[in-house]
Amino acid sequence: MTDPVLDIRGVSKSFGGLKASDQIDLDLRSGEIHALIGPNGAGKSTLIAQIAGALAPDSGEVRFGGRDVTALTTAARARLGLARTFQISCLAMDCTVLQNAMLGALGHRGDVFRFFRPVMRDKDLVARAETALEQVGLQDFRRFRTAELSHGQRRQLEVAVALTLAPKAFVMDEPMAGLGAEGSRQLMTVLDRLRQQAPILLVEHDMDAVFALADRISVLVYGRIIATGSVAEIRNDPAVRSAYLGDEA
Amino acid sequence: MKRETILNAVILLALLMLPVWALFADEPFLITLTTRAVILAIAGIGLNFALGFGGLVSLGHAAFFGLGGYAMGILAYHAQNYTPMMEWPLLIEGTKSMPLIWLVAIVTGALAALVIGALSLRTTGVYFIMITLAFGQMFYYFAISWPAYGGEDGLSIYVRNGFPGLNTMDPIQFFAICYVLLLIVLFGTWRAARSPFGLMLGAARQNPDRVQAVGQVPYRLYLTAFTISGAITGLAGALFADLNRFVSPAMLSWQTSGEIMVFVILGGVGRVFGPVAGAALFILLEHSLGGLSEFWHIYLGAILLGVVLFARGGLYGLIVGREVAHD
Repeated sequence: MTDPVLDIRGVSKSFGGLKASDQIDLDLRSGEIHALIGPNGAGKSTLIAQIAGALAPDSGEVRFGGRDVTALTTAARARLGLARTFQISCLAMDCTVLQNAMLGALGHRGDVFRFFRPVMRDKDLVARAETALEQVGLQDFRRFRTAELSHGQRRQLEVAVALTLAPKAFVMDEPMAGLGAEGSRQLMTVLDRLRQQAPILLVEHDMDAVFALADRISVLVYGRIIATGSVAEIRNDPAVRSAYLGDEA
Repeated sequence: MKRETILNAVILLALLMLPVWALFADEPFLITLTTRAVILAIAGIGLNFALGFGGLVSLGHAAFFGLGGYAMGILAYHAQNYTPMMEWPLLIEGTKSMPLIWLVAIVTGALAALVIGALSLRTTGVYFIMITLAFGQMFYYFAISWPAYGGEDGLSIYVRNGFPGLNTMDPIQFFAICYVLLLIVLFGTWRAARSPFGLMLGAARQNPDRVQAVGQVPYRLYLTAFTISGAITGLAGALFADLNRFVSPAMLSWQTSGEIMVFVILGGVGRVFGPVAGAALFILLEHSLGGLSEFWHIYLGAILLGVVLFARGGLYGLIVGREVAHD
């Protein structure tokens, strides 16, 4: 079997007496959607921050594409191909939708320090951005100011920007947060196709989405992974049922 | 978009026609006044590069303005006294050549901005404002206490520096030089605002996390913008000193930083042509209100308050409306 794309080994992080991450092991293999679920305050966002590079773990390591990236910055990890989407939309609100998508393409191509040629006439960048917008279904909104987009469209744009990075893995922090049923369904279709392109580590509250999409699920409770397994395994795991899903039976 | 283009053209044309009219009406003072507006506009464009495009609220741009002024003053001072600036390890003489002086002013402004920016950009928000202010004041007090170049009294240059083929002492010819430089700076800034760098810098202003998430480092973008900003402001400083044939620590004072910021705010923060409108408006107000009362700054203050409270986009925001993302 090939090495996992993303490999988190023994990561721990404490804030004072609170263990937000406690010896976490987690991996992401190519072609899969690996969902990370857990109740509020379980430490999901803290873990995401450590994977993306916004927080340094107290111990343990984050390996990406076979190399230790624990000491690298967010920007360096992004350049290696780790694309992150944010829980709260993180976009340049005064720019157009197309320009936001172009940010990703430009950041990925790396030739940012050019001062004279108009960026909108860069056919390669525009094409890459438009392809990504089409993939998430935003092609008709390319000229809109991002601030004019609905909440759901901003979530789609987040994914589109991540796509323009031509990533080797996605880390998505609650991409469906605040979406209606229709919006969720749309985005689920997008994510479902996306896993072929690069595996997704998906943090999500929407259980229907998780059970429909995930190849594997890990359950995080009080900073610890209490179970990892297939959808069926997690559904029937007694520890998970009592800790998180609520024992309905 | 269209209205903005028209306003740009109107302002540029007005700045050009006024001195031409003054030339025929034999009002040399008006030419000098317009030249002042043009030079201050360049300084405003410089600050706008950091403040408007990068969101870097610098209250220390007088340092770059004054350094440009002193670059001119010191070079011309040595040239007019026939004393070399430095004899060892290599001989450096003064000069009265404008292009050379501009080059030195630009490089000095850029280097100073690079160093000040590298340190200041480790902070953000109000700390950034305070630290840039502190750096500016450092230069101010240094200039006051350094007697070699006039100290508190400043340096007078008797004859304006030369430009090949032109008589720079003729107000209209000196105006022409400044006006052409304004056009060049405007064109460069306009292109930069739409360049890949401009796009990424704008994103870094709006949302630094987004820039990091696409693999870029906001600090580098900010520092580059700040350095370019210092270079442009340095050039303006050299021209300003040449206009007055005088440079003094006043150019380095925090009031100067504040005034440059007023141009940007009056015109419209982040608009390429905003500082041009702002500087012209400032000179107009200074001239008209100054005639009414010695305490004209009170009225200026009231107008500034009005702009900040009710017309946050400045003159451009008021006339053109909010900025349309350029597509």
